[in-house]
Amino acid sequence: MSEMKKIKNLKEFSTSADRFEGANLLCPGCAHSIIVREVLNATNDDLVLSASTGCLEVCTAVYPYTSWDASWIHIGFENGSTAVAGAEAMYNALKKKGRLKQPERNPKFISFAGDGASYDIGFQWISGCFERGHNIMHVVLDNEVYANTGGQRSSSTPIGGSNTTTPAGTHSYGEKQNKKDMMAIMAAHGGPYVAQVSPNKWKDMVKKIQHGFSVDGPVFINAASQCCTEWKFDPKDTMHLADLSTDTLAWPLYEIIDGKELNITYRPKNVIPVEEYLAAQGRFKHLFKDEYKYLIKEWQERVDSNWAYLNRREEARV
Amino acid sequence: MAFDKMELRDIEVWDGNFAAAQALRQCQIDVVAAYPITPSTPIVEGYAKFLADNYVEGEFVMVESEHAAMSGCIGAAAAGGRVATATSSQGFALMCETLYQASGMRLPIVLNVVNRALAAPLNVNGDHSDMYLGRDSGWIQFDAYCPQDAYDLNFIAFKVAEDHEVRLPAMVHQDGFMTSHTAQGVHTLTDDQGYGFVGDFKPMNDMLDFEHPVTHGVQTEEDWHFEHKARQHNDLMTKVIPKIEQAFADFEKLSGRKYNLVEKYDVDDADVVVVCMGTSVETAREVAGEMRAKGIKAGVLGIRVIRPFPFMQIAEALKGVKAIATLDRSSPNGAAGMLFNEIAGCLFNTDTKALLSGYVYGLGGRDLTKAHLVDLYNELQANVDAGKVTTPLQQFIGVRGPKLSFL
Repeated sequence: MSEMKKIKNLKEFSTSADRFEGANLLCPGCAHSIIVREVLNATNDDLVLSASTGCLEVCTAVYPYTSWDASWIHIGFENGSTAVAGAEAMYNALKKKGRLKQPERNPKFISFAGDGASYDIGFQWISGCFERGHNIMHVVLDNEVYANTGGQRSSSTPIGGSNTTTPAGTHSYGEKQNKKDMMAIMAAHGGPYVAQVSPNKWKDMVKKIQHGFSVDGPVFINAASQCCTEWKFDPKDTMHLADLSTDTLAWPLYEIIDGKELNITYRPKNVIPVEEYLAAQGRFKHLFKDEYKYLIKEWQERVDSNWAYLNRREEARV
Repeated sequence: MAFDKMELRDIEVWDGNFAAAQALRQCQIDVVAAYPITPSTPIVEGYAKFLADNYVEGEFVMVESEHAAMSGCIGAAAAGGRVATATSSQGFALMCETLYQASGMRLPIVLNVVNRALAAPLNVNGDHSDMYLGRDSGWIQFDAYCPQDAYDLNFIAFKVAEDHEVRLPAMVHQDGFMTSHTAQGVHTLTDDQGYGFVGDFKPMNDMLDFEHPVTHGVQTEEDWHFEHKARQHNDLMTKVIPKIEQAFADFEKLSGRKYNLVEKYDVDDADVVVVCMGTSVETAREVAGEMRAKGIKAGVLGIRVIRPFPFMQIAEALKGVKAIATLDRSSPNGAAGMLFNEIAGCLFNTDTKALLSGYVYGLGGRDLTKAHLVDLYNELQANVDAGKVTTPLQQFIGVRGPKLSFL
């Protein structure tokens, strides 16, 4: 049987034994480490982890050091999902053959990857893993940018952001494409569980991670990972940015069960205008010039429209 | 055992692909992650059928690309078990990134490479372009000349790769169609003999040992990267050859079939020798015999182990030879051929006075005929008689149009 942690409060949660150590090279204020701790702390079971190339990987396994007190593998940028899928296949093989060293254990197979490694270069590998039904969890640390290589746009980058490959300039407002809807795409794979989470809503996150561990088959978790370096905000404001993202509904929290049953898991009491979320980040600074203010209006319309869509799906139980 | 054993005849009629598939079955692979590509597909099809008929017990993961196949193999191998797959050509090229990762992470995966040309132009037939592409990837490379070799060398590959002093992945190469789809008599091992030879898999740094968590695939920059790569090269250069020789000796005891790092056919007293790989070795041997009947002391040197390259053994084998031709079945695209360069490297700084010339042949599956080889041996003899190389150093043979030669 799986062993889920029973967590009463944030203090107990934040002081529980870590298998991801605080000794790492991530930027102060980076949400990656918060999310990883929240995911790993959701279970007491053994772990087989992977990280795709990216901030998390280069900051936590620099020889001769490691931040991981659990089995961990990195192969490349695109194939972290398939790395744990391969390990899961070996687990199944050795279980069948009676060769597991600790047959009583019930390991969890988790792949961590950035949005570049999930939405873009690693997309095919994730799709393959989900189609084949491996018993793995893929967690996207979605900071909406290639942060490790210095702020290039990915297909997760939202409209209007200024990035190093889509910079705002005298004749451009920056990124022109809307963010890819990975939640819908992954739900369409028909896996048992797809959920969107944010580190500020840790109880919601832990509940979803534990649900993900309890189902058979591939689980997709899309985690908002606020990036002070590329989004350009003060490192002390990470949780403030997370609160703004969930309370403006720029990052709605919801889950999709078996590819069809959508549940909204957080409804802000007071929905904040999305303008406040944009204003808190240097990457959107140029949108507040007169000629680009229409983009802020469009942002709000897009957020409203998406929220209405999610509500309609929840109501219709589809 | 929950799976069934298979009764084999002493000699079965198998093509190279099925011979390799049977070897994988007998080695009892824990995880095969694979993707189909001509001409290697029948290896994994064969394995899938064995699984369907309960002759194997492991996991067979049919992934969505060759890159994913090797990625899955790496994850599975790091988890701790016996892992194998097969590919060819474009699939091999797509795998290339992960080949370096597998060897750098010291994971003993066995990859059957059914050699095929690389596009463009697209071509499904056998040449050595993919085999050559892998030669700097840190893998051990064995070359099979016929279905029997393709069968035997798989057992040897696991034995060497999984040795804890080696822990490096290994490729078993065979020529696309010429070996992979050509049925011949193959002397078999019983299931117990085959598995007994490779033995139980002994895990090391396995991710599924939760009492000893391991971090695989770390970052190293200028402070440590060089040491890691140098140690890997050191192990290839110093540890692997003795282990291969031991495995060859053990396999001879088991089967009576003897393999060598370099296969010498009439080389010891030869004046003129052709150095080649794959199915060309057998053709050259036949022609060398005929040349001897005509009074030309011809021999053939087949390269059995391409990486690590048996430098000293080749220098020793060729020390008394007067003229040598290297046969490269891959376009060098702007250089002398790989074998030309490697053999030149083996002989430089030795006492040899041998005349060396290179030939490029058989691209995209073009036949190497006996007539080509007769001409070639005659050219070598002419070199010996003249006391110098009388032809250009690099010639293309069997290609239409005006004769192509360079250098």
